[in-house]
Order: sequence, then structure tokens, then C-alpha cells
Amino acid sequence: MTSHPRGIHDLGGLPAGAVDRTEHQNDFWEQRVDALMRALGTLEPPVVRTDELRRAIEGLGAKAYDEMSYYERWIAAIVEILLEKGVITVDELSKKIDEIETREPA
Amino acid sequence: MSPRFRAGDRVRVRDWFPPGHVRTPYYVRGKQGAIERVCGVFNNPEHLAYDHDDDPKTLYRVRFLQRDVWGSAERPDDTIDIEIYEHWLENL
Amino acid sequence: MNDDHDHPHHPEHHLPSSYHEKLTAAVLELLAEKNVLSAAQITESIAIMDARGPELGAKVVARAWSDPAFKQRLLADGSAACRELGIDVGGLKLAVVENTPDAHNVIVCTLCSCYPKMLLGIPPAWYKSKAYRSRTAREPRKVLAEFGLSVPDRVTVRVHDSTADMRYLVLPMRPSGTDGWSEESLAQLVSRDAMIGVARAKEPAAV
Repeated sequence: MTSHPRGIHDLGGLPAGAVDRTEHQNDFWEQRVDALMRALGTLEPPVVRTDELRRAIEGLGAKAYDEMSYYERWIAAIVEILLEKGVITVDELSKKIDEIETREPA
Repeated sequence: MSPRFRAGDRVRVRDWFPPGHVRTPYYVRGKQGAIERVCGVFNNPEHLAYDHDDDPKTLYRVRFLQRDVWGSAERPDDTIDIEIYEHWLENL
Repeated sequence: MNDDHDHPHHPEHHLPSSYHEKLTAAVLELLAEKNVLSAAQITESIAIMDARGPELGAKVVARAWSDPAFKQRLLADGSAACRELGIDVGGLKLAVVENTPDAHNVIVCTLCSCYPKMLLGIPPAWYKSKAYRSRTAREPRKVLAEFGLSVPDRVTVRVHDSTADMRYLVLPMRPSGTDGWSEESLAQLVSRDAMIGVARAKEPAAV
């Protein structure tokens, strides 16, 4: 049987270690990302669909999937879709990030 | 839109590897199972992923024996149920 | 990195975490400026999820244990049954699977992290982890054993992979020694983990 490429997210049956059962609360920014996605999905028409979010997460690439946390992937994917659809532009986003960094240095 | 399959029908998941966003897991492709229930009609996520809500498909819960999916199982009667859209299923 | 670790303060995530926080803030501010989504809508959305937690699912389970007709309705249409109890589940399409002396059910989403959030709240980090998502589909008994749950040979294990529009809830078996208990007391026996399928409901002596 020919080997076909497998999505980086398509994990069922792959070998893995023990399940880490440590519980932790989401940070506030992560709660905001979760809320953002829910709110975007309920607009008519939805500005970002769950399926679009998943597709964009799958498209982030294996490295991103391994090294980014759950909500880091979410916000990166949401940004992809918003940029694709022209809801925001890269210039606007860069400018706003600069503005925020000036306001509240890390 | 009339469902092609009914509860109890034996089906095979297409041995198919299309591009784009799919919700049929890799591990079940080409495997045989039985329709556990008809879930209803939903928009095809493969199209929704690109913002097209133009492709309603009947969705089924399909039950597989674990040993049929993996070749072996922790116990012979253990099962795994997966929801699969009609265009992924073939009659046996 | 050999396992998906979602902890935002993990040393490897120090800088990216700060970057993504700023990215989030930037997106929210831009969307508000463009009247796509107001800050108030985000606050409301956070509040909606804050009001969701396993105690809602426990209430549903306790009612199903106490009222056989409700249980049948729950198994036929999970979302409608939740609404009967005044729980606003939004667009959730809930499928409830019942544990019996012959079958134990466990839920996973191998492709992402699908979970009945509008009923149970946010899923635990482990549910979203690579290890849980990879292994539960193939070796559920081993995973359950790691959670401290041993399933006898004569009991079939049924895994449910939430790949599409349905979201799943396990209806655990009602523990013995609870005859005549109020729904409130029964609900205390029902944990989030029992409704995912990685635990049983608690025994009366344990509460």
C-alpha cells in the first residue's frame, strides 16, 4: 500500500507516552481567545467557522503543532482566517501590535 | 435528501486521501464497520473549512471492532464509534 | 518536545506566550474598532463559559438516574433533554452514551479537542493532549488503567471519537447503595471524569 501523507493533527493510534494529568487554569488571554472564537462563530454569517479554525490550525505546520501551546495555535489560526478574509490587514495588525508594545512594554 | 445507508448496514470507509481539511481519521480509511445510527444532515466540513456552506451530507455513526481497525485489540469485542459523512462510505 | 504541553508558563513558551498575548489584544482591539465584535461581547462570551461546568452535566446524570422516562429522552436527544432542565446548551448536538454492566464508554477527539463545552465547560488539558488523543483510540483500557480505572474483561470498552457534529457525554452507572437519594445528593457522585469515561461515578462511602 502506498504511503499517503497524514495530517499533523490526525493522531488516532500513533504511539505516545503517558498522559500528563496535571490540571491548570487557562490564563486570562487564553480565556479571551476561547471567547473570541465562540463570539466569531455565532455572528451571522460566522466570521470564523470552527471548520476554518481547524483547517488553519492543521495548516500551521508540524513545528508549530509541536512547539506552540493550544491557544497559541488558536490565535495564530484565527489571525490567518481574518487576514485571508480581509477583516483585518497585516499592516493594521503590525501597527496595532507596535502600539500595544509601546503602551505596555513586556 | 434520502440517506443511502441504514442502521445495521455494513460499510467500508473509502481508501481515500484527498487534499484539504477532512474529518475522517487516517486510522479508519479502508476499514469495515456497521452503521450504528443515522445522525442527520449536516454541512460538509471539507467545504465549510473554506467558508462554503453549500454541501449538505448525511452523517452516520459507524461502529468498528477495534480488531478490524488495528489488526489486534485489547479485547476482541471492544469497539470504536466514529462519525463519518456519507461520501466517505461504500456498500459492502 | 515529545508531548503536547499546554502550560503557558512552561519555560520554552516564555517569549511566545507574551507575543501571543499581545497578538490576542491586537486582534480584539482591531475587531472592536471595526465594529465586528465589541469588548462587551467578549466579556459576555467569557461569562457564558464561566457559567458552564461539570455540575451541569452532573445535574443531567442525576435526573437520568432518578427518572427512567427522562433517561430515554436523554439517550434519544441529549440537547433537548438538557433544555428540559433549563440548561441553555446553545447549538450543542449532544449524544449520550450509557454505561451498563456489559459496556463502558470513553470519549476522545483524536483530531482536535471536541468536547461538550456548553454543558461541561472547558475540557481539561489532558483531554487535549497528544498522548490522550493518540492512545485512547487504540488502547483505551491501558489509558483508563493509568487513570486508575480497571475495566474487567467481560465488559466491552466502547470508544467514541468525536469527529463531526455530535458531542458526547457518558452516562455513568448509578452506584449501588443510593436508593431514595435526592437528585442533589446523586449529583455529588458524578465527576467530570466519569462523564468523559475515564472514571466511574463515586461510591456513597467516598463522599
